[in-house]
Amino acid sequence: MSDRFTNEPMLDMFIFETTQQIEQLEHSILASDKENCYTPSAIHEIFRIMHTIKGSAAMMMYNEISSLAHKIEDIFYYLREEKPHNIDCSVLSDLVLEGIDFIKIELEKIKSNDNADGTSESLKDNLIAFLTDLKEMNNYSEADKEKQLPPVERTKYYIQQDKTLKIIYSFAYKAVIFFEEGCEMENVRAYTIIHNLKDHTNEIFYLPEEILDDDECVDIIRQKGFQIFLKIDLSYEKMHEFFMQTIFLKDLELTSLEEEEYNQLTNRNLTEATDSQIKVPNTITQKRIENEPSDHSNTQQSIISVNVAKLDKLMDLVGEMVIAEAMVIQNPDLKGLELSNFQKAARQLKKITTEIQDTVMSVRMVPLSATFHKMHRIVRDMCKKLQKDVKLEIIGEDTEVDKNIIEHISDPIMHLVRNAIDHGIESPEERSKNGKTNYGTITLEAKNVGSDVFIIVKDNGKGLKKEKILKKARENNLLYKSEADMTDKEIFHLILLPGFSTNDNVTEFSGRGVGMDVVMSNIETIGGQLSVESEVNKGTTFTLKLPLTLAIIDGMNIRVGKSCYTIPTISIKESFKPRERDIITDPDGNDMIMVRGQCYPIVRLHELYKVDTRVTQFTEGIIIMVQQEERFLCIFADELLGQQQVVVKALPKYILKMKKVKGLAGCTLLGDGSISLILEIGQLFH
Amino acid sequence: MAEIIADSTDREEDTQKGRFLTFSLGKESYGIEITYVTEIIGIQVITQIPELPDYIKGIINLRGKIIPVMDVRLRFKKEPRDYNDRTCIIVVDIKEVSIGIIVDNVSEVITITDQDITPPPQINKGMHNKYIKNIGKVGNEVKLLLDCDKLFTEDELLEVNEAL
Repeated sequence: MSDRFTNEPMLDMFIFETTQQIEQLEHSILASDKENCYTPSAIHEIFRIMHTIKGSAAMMMYNEISSLAHKIEDIFYYLREEKPHNIDCSVLSDLVLEGIDFIKIELEKIKSNDNADGTSESLKDNLIAFLTDLKEMNNYSEADKEKQLPPVERTKYYIQQDKTLKIIYSFAYKAVIFFEEGCEMENVRAYTIIHNLKDHTNEIFYLPEEILDDDECVDIIRQKGFQIFLKIDLSYEKMHEFFMQTIFLKDLELTSLEEEEYNQLTNRNLTEATDSQIKVPNTITQKRIENEPSDHSNTQQSIISVNVAKLDKLMDLVGEMVIAEAMVIQNPDLKGLELSNFQKAARQLKKITTEIQDTVMSVRMVPLSATFHKMHRIVRDMCKKLQKDVKLEIIGEDTEVDKNIIEHISDPIMHLVRNAIDHGIESPEERSKNGKTNYGTITLEAKNVGSDVFIIVKDNGKGLKKEKILKKARENNLLYKSEADMTDKEIFHLILLPGFSTNDNVTEFSGRGVGMDVVMSNIETIGGQLSVESEVNKGTTFTLKLPLTLAIIDGMNIRVGKSCYTIPTISIKESFKPRERDIITDPDGNDMIMVRGQCYPIVRLHELYKVDTRVTQFTEGIIIMVQQEERFLCIFADELLGQQQVVVKALPKYILKMKKVKGLAGCTLLGDGSISLILEIGQLFH
Repeated sequence: MAEIIADSTDREEDTQKGRFLTFSLGKESYGIEITYVTEIIGIQVITQIPELPDYIKGIINLRGKIIPVMDVRLRFKKEPRDYNDRTCIIVVDIKEVSIGIIVDNVSEVITITDQDITPPPQINKGMHNKYIKNIGKVGNEVKLLLDCDKLFTEDELLEVNEAL
């Protein structure tokens, strides 16, 4: 995360903006693809986004991205201008999505400071071929194109409008610039120069005129150089220096001009130049219309983006404050004193800190919609490959969860959706044979239940077959109790064990045997739970139960010897003083306890973590029964210290690097400034 | 811009170059480059972390930041000693990782010029030498200059993992 800071601000901005645009682009393409037609507004939006990406990529000198974006832009320009009716939507979507993927990969490289060195030649060829086909089908002649071109790009001139004051400049120059061969995008580079010059003067004329939208001018610049005539207040040396900064500059001819000479030279350009100025108001309105939010941008909200590291820091500080507050208000020095005014002020303080805490938490909350909408793409791609027909339904995408959690569940959800399409949903023929609709449905649902979030991935496919699971489990030796004793739920849970894959043949998408257990462990690391329900021929439902946030949990503090541990309250079933006669020790020395006719294993924390304590007899200490999904465990500790909200902190990196200590999720600070270790219940079972 | 920043850090390093914080463990006196040292604090309540090698005493709460502490006595395979008023924790920052090291007591900050620093003698037995980068001469005394990087290096970590 910290390396994000090291990127240049320009680059950061580029990455951020382009990522956002790509997301938006993907969204509108998928929407159009679903409808099987590209509406004029969608075409216009895609064109606009591609155009922006092209421009900013060229500015940052990512030429592959820029030229690819240019090709896609060409296609959409054609679509927009000609409105042909015989477009093959799905082919077009495929092409554009491939392009998006390429840009995404390049962006990842740029983000991690690698060279963006991928090439997209074949992709570009495909795009060109597509456009040519399209043109041929529509008998579109090159001549038409020329006529159509100019109106597009005038938008760029709006920069000038605030500098229309008449200023008399003292010097006039003529500059001819040649770029290095093979630097590509000469027109954009030329534009950059002009753009920079406009900071100093507004009396500039240049040849060729239409540098941005006329591709032929690239050749002119290559052969004859890029000619600039300008009047400016800078001396010859300054001007020379200015031009020498140009990237990929090969040759520069800079000459001082007299007033008359200048007028003479620029006269022929003048008509055109004024022409473009007249167009200014026109293009501004055009720009404004473009800026208006389009109706289908529901994945984006009016937001500012803040670096997550800063939010984490803020969260840490709030946690500190909560602890500090407890230190002040519960200060032992105050014991036994009658301080009504102090109490009043303390209550006020408490109220405010609680509110701050809630607000900071809510700031970190992000709706699931972005994660959910990514699945559209996966469903589409997989359906194409596997010849299946699947509809994705999304419910409750507005449900918000902590940013940290989103990062952790994106992969598991993707995995579940893939699994559902690959293994769950049958082929259309099979479905109609079984009296179902031709298309399968996958429902992705999110909802808040208390302090948890449920994410449900449901398909109406063939369901899980118990016999097949049991057979597989027998083969792989995964059965932990006799088959007859197992409930349906327990059988379904077998598929979540490591090394289990029911699909007989490995496909591109799933079934390498490293599936569900990875999902499971991913979810467990964030303190979530996963359960499976299934009915043959009706479908399978995976339910993910996640905590709202990772940062603050309700915990029960317990003491063992001098150490303090915190158990998440959510997993505690009950705590009690054991009676001697309930305790059983088997020949191997494992302790167990009978509670209401059920037998549970006991973990002695002082033995597990080698802590010195006087309390080694069960009757002297306390037993805390914890639950993780369907499994129960009793933890033996010295005493309970009480319940409180704790701010979860990670263990120092040095220690994590050294060894992953079993059963520890992190640590937290208690009211008195001491440290308590947070237990990870799931890991205590293994 | 970047040059200016690089420049100023250079200068900062310059003022700290050749300056060492010295501390003692039993009879020997050790030195640690002052660039690594963030602060020195008295002994604190240490929370033990299970399953770690004995020289990692646990973690402490340093104004809300949780950092691990290492007992160098144990690290150098010396006799453990009870902590007292003079026991200090030197907080060092190495490659952006903060670690506290527990020492018997902290003496002073001294300057040792390059010509007074010699590499340690090559003895092939014992691990004692491993953490000593150089030996500094100050008057009649000898200071063992610690190699901070090595004190917390990866291969050491591997060793630990194997031992467990």
